[in-house]
Amino acid sequence: MRSESRKGYWLYLIPGAILLTVIIIVPLAWNVYLSFTRYRGIKPPIWIGLDNWKELFQDADFWASFQHSIVMVVAMVILPTAFGLFLASLLFDLVGRRFNGKIMGLLRAVYYLPQILPIAIAAIVVGWILRPEDGALNDLLKAVGLGGFQHNWLGSPDTALLSIAAVLVWIQIGYPVVVFMSALQRIDPQLYEAAELDGANWFQRFRAITLAGIRPEIFVVVLTCTVAALKVFGPVYALTRGGPGSSTIVPSYYSYTEFFTAQRVGYGATIATALTVVVLAVAIFFVRAQFRLADQEEQ
Amino acid sequence: MGAPLLLVLLNAVKSPEDFSAHGPLGLPSGIYLDGIKTFWEAVDFPRKVWNSVLISGLVAVFGVLVSVLNAYALGIGRVRGRMWVLVAFLLATIVPQEALLYPLYIMFKNIGLYDTIWSVVVVFVVVHGAFGTYLLASVFGAFPRELLEAAALDGANRRQILWRVVVPVCRPTLAVLAVFFFIWTWNEFLIPLSFLVSADNQTVQVGIATLQGERIMNVTTISASALLGVLPTLIFFLVFQRTLTRGLTAGAIK
Repeated sequence: MRSESRKGYWLYLIPGAILLTVIIIVPLAWNVYLSFTRYRGIKPPIWIGLDNWKELFQDADFWASFQHSIVMVVAMVILPTAFGLFLASLLFDLVGRRFNGKIMGLLRAVYYLPQILPIAIAAIVVGWILRPEDGALNDLLKAVGLGGFQHNWLGSPDTALLSIAAVLVWIQIGYPVVVFMSALQRIDPQLYEAAELDGANWFQRFRAITLAGIRPEIFVVVLTCTVAALKVFGPVYALTRGGPGSSTIVPSYYSYTEFFTAQRVGYGATIATALTVVVLAVAIFFVRAQFRLADQEEQ
Repeated sequence: MGAPLLLVLLNAVKSPEDFSAHGPLGLPSGIYLDGIKTFWEAVDFPRKVWNSVLISGLVAVFGVLVSVLNAYALGIGRVRGRMWVLVAFLLATIVPQEALLYPLYIMFKNIGLYDTIWSVVVVFVVVHGAFGTYLLASVFGAFPRELLEAAALDGANRRQILWRVVVPVCRPTLAVLAVFFFIWTWNEFLIPLSFLVSADNQTVQVGIATLQGERIMNVTTISASALLGVLPTLIFFLVFQRTLTRGLTAGAIK
C-alpha cells in the first residue's frame, strides 16, 4: 500500500525529466562526442579520436585562458568572500546593534544592486570610467597630480585583465555581504557578550563565533562563486572581446569564438568539455569537503 | 556602489559637445534628451523591452511550474532514488552553458526554434527550474505532514492536495522564486546572444551589447542606452526589493 501510493508521484516528474533530458543531458553528451570529431558545422562530423584533446594540451591560448580563470577566481571568490566577511561582521557589530533593521535592509539593497545590474550596462559604465582619453579614472588621476599613471586600462594587454578583475570584484561583493549578513542574524548575540566578558579580543570572537557560526553559508558562497568564476563570459564579451590579443581570453569565451567565429565546432566542444570537467570536479570537491567537515563536527 | 549609476544618469542627459568639453564627471550644462531619442529609435527599444519582458515572464511562470511539479514528487512524494534525481537536476545549473551551446544550436535550427524567443525560454525554464527544484524540494520536504493527512482524510486526491494545499501554503516562496527567475533571465547573456540573431527578437542586454560593439554611437547615446537598459531592472528591484532579500535568505541556507 505504501509503495503503491508513492509510485504515483513519478507522474509529476515526467515533464521536468523530459525537459532535463532534451535540454541538458542529450546536448551535454553530444558535446562530449563532438570533442572527438572534426566538424565545421556544415558537413557531418568526422571522428578523429583524441586529436582535439592533444591539440588542446599544446594550445598556449587554452592554457592562458585557464590562467585567466585563476585571476577570475581571485576576483570573484577570494576577494569578495574575504571582503564580505569583513564588511558583514563590521556592519553587524557596529550598525546592527545600534540601528534598526531598516538601515540594515537599505545597506543590503545598496550592496546587492550591482548583482542585478545587467552586465551589458555595467560594461558601458566601466567602459567610460576606463576610457583612455577622457575617462573618469584618468581624469581623476590627473586632477590629483598623478597624471603619470594615466593609462589605456582596457586597451593594453598589461592592464586589461586586471581591469576586468576589478570590475568583477565590484559586481560580486554584494552577494557574500548579503548572504553573510542574513546568516549572522542566526547567531545568538549573548555568545559575543559572554566571549567579551571572558576577555576574548575582536579577532578571537570573529574566529570562534562568527566564522564557525556561518560556515554553511561560506561554503555555499565559495562554491557558487567559484563555479560562476570558471564560467564567466558576459564581462569579457562586453568589455574586451578577449583582447587585446588574447590577454583577457577565458575558456568560455574561447569556446564561443571557436563555435561561431572560427567555425571549428569540434575544437570548441573540446574546450567546453574540458571546462565542464573542471567545473564538475570543483563542485564535487567542495561538496565533499563540506560533508566531511559536517561529519567531523558531529563526532 | 551606486556611484556608477549616477554617472550613467549624469551622462545620459549631456550633449556630445558638453561631454567632450567637461568629460564624464562634469555636471551637465543643460538637459539634452537627443541621446535617449537616438538610442530609442536606433534599436527599436520598445520592441527589445517587450522581448525581454516576454522571455523573462514566461521563464518565471513555467520555471516555477516545473519546479513545483518536480519538487512535489521529490519533497512530498519522496520517490525512491530522489537524491540521484536531484543530482541530475543540479547538473543543469552547474554545467557551463558553452557545453550545451552547439548541440542546442543544431537542435533548435532543425526544429525551427532558432532565432525565436522560445529557444531561450525553454533553456532557462530548465536551467532555472533546476535550481527551483532543488530549493522547493527541501521546502516541500519540511511541509507539515498533518496538513497533508488532513486533506487526504477529507478525500482530496494527490492533484487536489498539490494545488489546494501545498501551493497556497508555499505561495510566498513561489513568489520569491518567480522574481528571481525573472531577474536572472532578464540578465542572461550567452544563450540569448547565440540564439537571438535578428534585431527583432533580441533582448535589451543583447541589443545594447551588440550596439556597443559596433562603436557607431557617441558617448551620450551609449549612456542613454545604459540608462534605459537599467531602468526596468531598477524599477523591478525597487518594487520587489523586500521579497528579493528575504528570498536570498531562503536561498542561502540550503
